[in-house]
Amino acid sequence: MKLIKAIIKPFKLEEVKDALSEIGVEGMTVSEVKGFGRQKGHTEIYRGSEYTVDFLPKVKIEIAIAEDLVNKVIDAIVSASQTGKIGDGKIFIIPIEEAVRIRTGEKGEAAL
Amino acid sequence: MRTNTSKKQIVPWFAASLLAIGGLMSFTNQGFAQDNATAATEPTASSTEVETTEPTPAEAEAKAKAEAWLEAKALAEKHAGLDEELEDGTPNPLKIDAFLKDGDTAWMIVATVLVLFMTIPGLSLFYGGLVRTKNVLSILVQCFAITCIMTILWLAYGYSLAYQGGGETLGLYIGDLGKAFLQGVSADTVDGTIPESVFFTFQMTFAIITPALIVGAFAERMKFSAILIFTSIWFTISYLPIWHMAWGGGLFGGGDEGNWLMGAGEEVLDFAGGTVVHINAGIAGLVACIMVGKRKGFGTTNMAPHSVPLTVIGASMLWVGWFGFNAGSQLAADGTAGMAMLVTQVATAAAAATWMFVEWFTKGKPTAVGLVTGAVAGLVAITPASGTAGPIGALIIGTLSGGICYWTATTIKSKFGYDDSLDVFGVHGIGGIVGAILTGWCAHESLGGSEGTFEIGTQVFVQIKSVILTIVWSGVAAFVAMKIADLILGGIRSNEDSEEMGLDLTDHGESGYSS
Repeated sequence: MKLIKAIIKPFKLEEVKDALSEIGVEGMTVSEVKGFGRQKGHTEIYRGSEYTVDFLPKVKIEIAIAEDLVNKVIDAIVSASQTGKIGDGKIFIIPIEEAVRIRTGEKGEAAL
Repeated sequence: MRTNTSKKQIVPWFAASLLAIGGLMSFTNQGFAQDNATAATEPTASSTEVETTEPTPAEAEAKAKAEAWLEAKALAEKHAGLDEELEDGTPNPLKIDAFLKDGDTAWMIVATVLVLFMTIPGLSLFYGGLVRTKNVLSILVQCFAITCIMTILWLAYGYSLAYQGGGETLGLYIGDLGKAFLQGVSADTVDGTIPESVFFTFQMTFAIITPALIVGAFAERMKFSAILIFTSIWFTISYLPIWHMAWGGGLFGGGDEGNWLMGAGEEVLDFAGGTVVHINAGIAGLVACIMVGKRKGFGTTNMAPHSVPLTVIGASMLWVGWFGFNAGSQLAADGTAGMAMLVTQVATAAAAATWMFVEWFTKGKPTAVGLVTGAVAGLVAITPASGTAGPIGALIIGTLSGGICYWTATTIKSKFGYDDSLDVFGVHGIGGIVGAILTGWCAHESLGGSEGTFEIGTQVFVQIKSVILTIVWSGVAAFVAMKIADLILGGIRSNEDSEEMGLDLTDHGESGYSS
C-alpha cells in the first residue's frame, strides 16, 4: 500500500479528480494549503504599499492505494495537472504500514 | 365613467384630510405647506358637484378647515415679507419667520437617513475591509459606538453649542446652552422650512460621521476606552466650535463689520462641511496617529487589507449616502439641492477615474482599493463646493483631488513615515483642503458656479484663512484630547500582546470570522 501526496495548482483539482475516477480511484482527501518552491511569491500593492506574498495557495491531494495502481495514479495526476509552467507542484509516494476501515475493522488492502 | 365616479369620491376625501392637517397647523400659527396651493384648489371644483347632494358633517368640517387654512396661508405669505423689527426697534409681532414645507421636510428626512447610512454601515465596512482579519470587529464596534455616543452628546449639548447664539467675542467661537437637551423644541417647532427635529437629526448624523472618520488613522492599535474619551473630547472642543464658526454665525463670516480673521462682507463658502467635517477630521487623524505611534511591524510585516470586497461595498455605500450629505445640506428640495447632487456625482467619478489611470500608468495595475479611495477623495473635495460649483467646476475639483490625494496617500506617507493606517489625513485632510480652496474659484460664474462674479483671488484667500484656522484649531484640540485620554487611562495604546492577538479578541472578546 502506498500513500500518494500530490501538491497541485488549485484550479487543476477538478481535472485531477476526474482523471483519478476514470482509473478507478475510489476516494481521496483534499486540503487547501499554502507554500512556496521555485515559483516564489508575488507582490500586492494597496495604496502604494507593496507587500510580498511568499506563500501561494495550492491544493494537496492524499490518496491511499494498492501497490499495483501507483504508476497509473502518478501518470493520471501528472497528465491532468501539468501546465508546463513553473509552479505545477510535486508528487510524493510514501509507504503505508497499515490501514483500518473504522466502520468494519477490516485491515490491509481490504480497508482501502 | 366608472373610474370617473371613483375619482370624484376619492379626491374630496384625500383633499379633506390634507386640508384638515393644514387647518390644524394654522392654529398654532407656525407652519403650513405653501406648496399645497394646487391641492387646495382641487376640492373647490369637485365639492361644488358634491354640494348638489346634502354635505355630510365631515365634509362641511373639512371645507371650513380648508377655508381657514387658505386664509391663514394668505396671511402668512403677506407677513413673510415683513421686517424683523418695527421702526422703533422692537420685534415685529406679525413677523412669522418659519413655514413648514412638506416637500422639503420629506426630502430632509430621507437625506438624514442617507447620511446615517454613510457611517453605519458605509464607513464601517470601508474601514473594516482595510484592516487585518484580527481587527475587523474593532473597527465596526468603534464606528457603531461612536454613533451612539455622539447621538447622546449632540442631544445633551452639541446641537445647542453649535447652533445657538453667536455674535461677538465668545459667540464667534461657540454657541450657548439655550437648547441643551433640546429644551423648548417640540414636534411643532419649525426651523426654516422643515421641522427643527429634522434639522437637529440631520446635523446629528454629521456629528456622528466626523469623529468616526478619525478612527481610521489609529486603527488596529488604540485602546477602545481611549478612543471613546478622545472622540468625545475632540467633538466638544473642535467639532462644535468649527461648526459654529462656519455655520452658526461665527468667525467664518465677516458680517458688516468684520472680525480679526475675516474682513467686512467676507464669507467662507463651505456648503456641506469641507472645513467642519473633512479637514477637521483629517487633521485630528494626523495628530492622533502620530501621538499613538506606528503599528507594531509597520513597514516590515504584511498589513494588506483583509477583505477588499467589504471595502468596495462600504465605499459604494458612502457614495450613495453622500447625496444626502451634499444635496441635503441645502435643507430644501430645490434647484440648488439638485445641482449639488449632480456635481457630487461628477466630481466623484472624475476623482476615481483619475486615481485609477494615475495608478495604472505609474504602478502598472488599476487596483480596486485605489479606485474606491479615489472616489472617496472626490466626494470629500466636492463637499464644500457642492452648493456653489457647476458641472465644470466639479470636473476640475474631482480631477485635481483624485491626483493630489493619490500622491499624498502613496508618496508623502512613506516619505515621512507616519502610520495614518487608513489614510484619514491623506484622503479627508488633503481632499478637504483641495476642495475648500478650489471652492473659492469654482463658485465663480465663469466656471458655471452659482455665486455670480466676484474677485476670485479674494475669495480663495478667504477660503485659505478658514482652512488654516481649522488646521491649527483641530490639531491643537486633538493634541489636548489625546493628552487628557492618556492622563485618565494611563496610556492610550493597546499593549503589545493585544496588538499581536488582534483587538477583536482582546478588546471585545469576539472573532470576526469563525475558523
